[in-house]
Amino acid sequence: MPKRTDLRRILLIGSGPIVIGQACEFDYSGTQACKTLKQEGYEVVLINSNPATIMTDPDLADRTYIEPITVEVVERILEQERPDALLPTMGGQTALNVTMRLHEQGLLEKYNVRLIGANYDAINKAEDREAFKRAMHNIGVDTPLSRLIRNREDGMSFLEIVGFPAIVRPSFTLGGTGGNIAYNREEFERYVDWALLTSPVGEALIERSLIGWKEYELEVMRDLKDNVVIVCPIENFDAMGVHTGDSITVAPAMTLTDKEYQRMRDAAIRIIQEIGVDTGGSNIQFALNPANGEMIVIEMNPRVSRSSALASKATGFPIAKIAAKLAVGYTLDEIANDITKVTQASFEPTIDYVVVKVPRFAFEKFHGSNPTLTTQMKSVGEAMALGRTFKEAFQKALRSLETDRCGLISLNGLDHFLPEDELAPSVSEHIRTAMQVAHPDRPWHIADGLRAGISKSEIFSATHVDPWFLDQIEELVLFEQRLLDRARAHARETPRESMLDEIFHNPEERERLKEAKGLGFSDQRLAELLNVPAEAVRAFRSIHLPSHHVTYSRVDTCAAEFEALTPYLYSTYGRECEARPTDQKKVVILGGGPNRIGQGIEFDYCCVHATLALRELGIETIMVNCNPETVSTDYDTSDRLYFEPLVEEDVLNIMEVERPMGVVVQFGGQTPLKLALPLERAGVPILGTSPDAIDRAENRERFSALMTTLGFQQPRNGSAWSGEEAYAIASRIGYPVIVRPSYVLGGRAMQIVYDEQSLRQYIKTNIMTTAQYPLLIDQYLTDAIEVDVDAISDGADVVVAGVMEHVEEAGIHSGDSACSLPPHSLPEELIDRIRTQTVALARDLRVVGLMNVQFAVQGNEVFVLEVNPRASRTVPFVSKTIGVPLAKLAMKTMVGHSLRDLNFTEVPVTRHIAVKESVFPFTKLGNVDVLLGPEMRSTGEVMGIDQDFGWAFAKSQAAASLSLPQMGTIIMSVKDGDKPGTVDVAKRLQTLGFKLQATRGTAAYLLERGLDVEPVNKVKEGRPHLVDHIKNRQAQLVVNTVGTASSHHDSLPIRREALQQNIPYFTTIQGIQAAVTAIEAMKKASLTIKPLQDYHPT
Amino acid sequence: MKKAILALADGTVLEGRALGFAGETSGEVVFNTAMTGYQEILTDPSYKGQMVLMTCPHIGNYGISPEDNESRRTWAEGFIVNEASRRPSNWRSELSLHEYLVHHRMVGIEGIDTRYLTRHLRTYGSQAGIIAHTDNVNGSPDALVAKANALPSISKQDLVGAVTCNSAYEWNEGTGAWPQRFNARGQIDPMPARRFHVAVYDFGVKQNILRRLVDEGCTVTVVPASTTAETIRTMNPDGVFLSNGPGDPEKASYAVPHIRDLLGWRPVMGICLGHQILGLALGLSAYKLKFGHHGANHPVMDLRSGRVEITSQNHNFAVRLPSAGQPECPSAPPVLSGVEGSRVERLETPWGQFQATHVSLNDQSLEGLVGTTVPALSVQYHPEASPGPHDSSYLFGQFRAMMEHAHA
Repeated sequence: MPKRTDLRRILLIGSGPIVIGQACEFDYSGTQACKTLKQEGYEVVLINSNPATIMTDPDLADRTYIEPITVEVVERILEQERPDALLPTMGGQTALNVTMRLHEQGLLEKYNVRLIGANYDAINKAEDREAFKRAMHNIGVDTPLSRLIRNREDGMSFLEIVGFPAIVRPSFTLGGTGGNIAYNREEFERYVDWALLTSPVGEALIERSLIGWKEYELEVMRDLKDNVVIVCPIENFDAMGVHTGDSITVAPAMTLTDKEYQRMRDAAIRIIQEIGVDTGGSNIQFALNPANGEMIVIEMNPRVSRSSALASKATGFPIAKIAAKLAVGYTLDEIANDITKVTQASFEPTIDYVVVKVPRFAFEKFHGSNPTLTTQMKSVGEAMALGRTFKEAFQKALRSLETDRCGLISLNGLDHFLPEDELAPSVSEHIRTAMQVAHPDRPWHIADGLRAGISKSEIFSATHVDPWFLDQIEELVLFEQRLLDRARAHARETPRESMLDEIFHNPEERERLKEAKGLGFSDQRLAELLNVPAEAVRAFRSIHLPSHHVTYSRVDTCAAEFEALTPYLYSTYGRECEARPTDQKKVVILGGGPNRIGQGIEFDYCCVHATLALRELGIETIMVNCNPETVSTDYDTSDRLYFEPLVEEDVLNIMEVERPMGVVVQFGGQTPLKLALPLERAGVPILGTSPDAIDRAENRERFSALMTTLGFQQPRNGSAWSGEEAYAIASRIGYPVIVRPSYVLGGRAMQIVYDEQSLRQYIKTNIMTTAQYPLLIDQYLTDAIEVDVDAISDGADVVVAGVMEHVEEAGIHSGDSACSLPPHSLPEELIDRIRTQTVALARDLRVVGLMNVQFAVQGNEVFVLEVNPRASRTVPFVSKTIGVPLAKLAMKTMVGHSLRDLNFTEVPVTRHIAVKESVFPFTKLGNVDVLLGPEMRSTGEVMGIDQDFGWAFAKSQAAASLSLPQMGTIIMSVKDGDKPGTVDVAKRLQTLGFKLQATRGTAAYLLERGLDVEPVNKVKEGRPHLVDHIKNRQAQLVVNTVGTASSHHDSLPIRREALQQNIPYFTTIQGIQAAVTAIEAMKKASLTIKPLQDYHPT
Repeated sequence: MKKAILALADGTVLEGRALGFAGETSGEVVFNTAMTGYQEILTDPSYKGQMVLMTCPHIGNYGISPEDNESRRTWAEGFIVNEASRRPSNWRSELSLHEYLVHHRMVGIEGIDTRYLTRHLRTYGSQAGIIAHTDNVNGSPDALVAKANALPSISKQDLVGAVTCNSAYEWNEGTGAWPQRFNARGQIDPMPARRFHVAVYDFGVKQNILRRLVDEGCTVTVVPASTTAETIRTMNPDGVFLSNGPGDPEKASYAVPHIRDLLGWRPVMGICLGHQILGLALGLSAYKLKFGHHGANHPVMDLRSGRVEITSQNHNFAVRLPSAGQPECPSAPPVLSGVEGSRVERLETPWGQFQATHVSLNDQSLEGLVGTTVPALSVQYHPEASPGPHDSSYLFGQFRAMMEHAHA
């Protein structure tokens, strides 16, 4: 059927900020949808609050609203834009939930908007657990024994039937928020309460546990003619009990017979038909009893998902793009297969390689978090790798994680090359214990278990990981043991330099080295096992195995049955290389790798812009990345895509094959930056700012020298290699100081220390980090305002693109604080000084491309905190605020264009103001403190844009799911230092009509100053205390600032409770000041929204 | 680990590791892109004369289960894989792949760059090859290449004769625990009350065809390929079924006069080789495809409804459709467009009027025929699946409907 002609304008809803459970994959799918619909001639109206996305680039949609994704705002868009249809399946759970509410409130009908892709009934049937169960029953597909409950008593009575362990899931949440496994009554009660609370409809599901069953996912596509195809069966390495997002997943399914697979496929087809998803993709999860093959359907997502992004990347079948086409009426047989160009999309991809996805976690950043993996997703990102076997793909995936593990290393020193000592019994006990819990380190625990001689059957009982996977890991471990034995045999008499020659002295032994590469061992891992430097392995291979080098195969959707015209490549060690590099002018762009805290979608945005810019200049682009969620790893984005780990060996391999004119390292965050020096050593030209300049900015000594030469102020600082040295430096600088180990990303283990005793404590707990790197100590500037600056330079001219004033004080990680562009309170004179210093820094470092500088303003003094000669997290935010694609321009400067040529010599004057706010994963990670500090913990960001700071801030809060109250009670408990600042806030709140409550100290201070405040008990002062008030939802907003460590602990329940009750809370005085300004603005004027295209008319 | 060599007629020599029975074997090398179902493939009689290369990189993961056999033994001449799993993992598995191959004296090879070999076959076409385990290598790789060159083409062999049954037998087992037949509500349809007797020409029948016929309420008698129309008439079945099988349909053309005789007398259904033989019976010709269709993901469009079925396929030959409905004048295969309802080719033959019903979306080759004046239908692909998707399972129901109609 041809496309629909009764539609002209289509509204697309994005997924908002990056949170656990909703990450870049929805930028990937949304971007595909935008592009596709536009190509088909539709006008696309888009709403997404996340500025760091490609989809919110003003040229992707016709009308781009960077506004909070709420019913109120979407209604306003319907009213303003009058779209004919709404496509709700591209923006994750966020888009589905808003769509459901729009329908329920009759707004879709009111504005005559049709749902395309999936209708209300289908979404409801898939999302409502009871309805889903009934539907499955109708078509004879089994579901887990379960009951929906609305209170704890019903839960307890059903518990009698299902027994322990029991699964507790809240209804209608994303990423399984609030889902838990209860092993005893106490846990059960706690999880039920929590689930009822987090569910937006106050419902929870109690379910028979299928822990230990095998878990599978099928990606299903359906068109209007009822043609259904399965894009890919995915098998989870981790059994049921671990959220799919936290599981290692493998494609194709590895341990299903054809009969079992077809039964699952039949069920999937019947499910999508019964649920009634008219067109597009759905994800269906199944559990299979490994003992008897019993099959149960777990859930269905009637939309594109993280798994569909993965399946798209795993097979080359672009689910979101095709789903968008199906939604407007095409059928699968009318859509071409992009990869082969000669076949159609109405087929099922078949693959001749193995794909492994591994999740990336960030527990180390959340003190108090519990790293046990459950049905609630906790990972913050993922890496994917392709290989010719599971073993190869698995090892590549593990090193793609960038967790300083070059493979399946031993966590217990069982892979040391030295002659083997008797294994201490305590070690295998330790491993046994570790294996019992699903933990991010599980693969390493399994490998260590095998190394320690624990049987596979015992490992299987402890982990439920399918014996097939255990066999694969065992093969790797056994291979490694043989290498180790060789190394040990030579260890005594052979000097390190000739180790490799000794071990691999004849061709037969050298075969073993070939085999190692085929199994996916990195040179670095081999070097570790053989106790030689990593470079030596590479050098040895190129001398002694010159014809055995890496080859690249194409992802072709069809296992080589047809020719692949699209160069989407992965490395292996095969007989022929299908890379077929061109001799065009070409540039390699290194991506950002898996998402983690501090390294997210912003860098993918920059990489995609780099490729767009080069295309405009007619230069061929080559993307290297291993993050399956991203737009950068869409085979459409660049001319050639290498889906590879971003580690030295793999990247150098690509350089050898492609021989580009240069490589871009400044767009992918820290990941590629770390590769700048090795690449330069290998003779690869680094485009833009030189690695030496990068080093001048990153190296503390050289940076201090730079500051001195330019005469700029920086906080007093020093580097300590020992505790004594640290105490001496700290007392020279004067407390408080900020301490952190060097060379870490996103401020890991960074802390503000107020006295020597705390410093001793810090060093004691972080001894591991100080042993490896020096401890960095900086003066902590109290009561300072932090300022972030993004600038661009072509080596001669410098343009300061954005000066952002942080809302929270200096000392709170810049990635975690809200900021305002332009500054909302700084005097123009100071801003000028900041601009001047930025320009001077860029000139001195001869920056070509982007640069970010962080300043602190204390009183009238300006300090330079940090200079990053690369794209920063704020580049997309600034670009969208000022209406200039900075990353694109920066890319062009790197290939020789001047800013003058590019017609960018000054920033356009804007009358609006934009606020960036950070979004945190606190609800997902257990009992962690929500206080902000120097360690970054946010996963994503939103943007609020309006005519004044108040409304922009209000929008940013709403976009971050904190709707500021218009009336009610406000509870305050602030530290002494903040009390003076509270007076003004309290006065304004009182004027606005809020009732004030405060803990004794705060209340007394405010009462003295003539405010009407009701005192409330602190937790230790008896009941009812303020946590009771919060629990009873008698407060609409909570202000809690704390100083000392002990008060942190005492007040933790206040913040946790506010978080759990989803009551807006502020932990800094600057934060509440901004919030009050916002509330004032909201009372003064009503909501207005405007698309980006109207802010920056062209 | 013992070594093994794979030598192709065009001189390509690949070294790998020995798998399965130690020895030497030969056959036409074809690649199959299915990701599951290696046991069904090994036991499919259609692979007689061929060595199967699996493009899926891990084979043997779920072992071997007796109920997954498609015939009483393995038929493929050799097995070529990237990596064979030593230890299987599946609740039904009773043997490992290696043990199974040894048991059935099948010579295999692993550690082959199967993607390279597939691309090679795709470019240069299917060709003869030899697998030799090194202990059993007689002479150099060059000698193996020469030997491969000397192998007779599969077009010249009566492979059907090698796989068909010696005498007629009854079959009464259905798909049982692995149903493929669902009603509109998605539930397993109960077996129809009405029983039909079907005579199945065994050109190399896959047992799942028989199971599916039983599911449809048929009592099944399997007869040898050489059975005459006269014998069939004496049996007086309600329908005649032409099974799948190996090789070139021309080599089984002895069945043609008997099929012509039976057309119009009783409903006829053909699958794969059975479809090709029906084509020959209608005066059409068959041609050899460059590298055949072997896989479980082939899209086929039903030209009448415009709907697409994902099908299981395994054939090297296809029926050539005359472009202007002149059966005696074979020409290049016509391009049948995938647009709904358009260009449904009609075919006048002395044995009745037929029309093309199905076409491959990958290469537009003919995938199905139906009689418009005589009760007959045939498809080039495998509605019985096993391995592969069940999308086309409904065809057995259409055959039953023809028998019901004939009785009405």
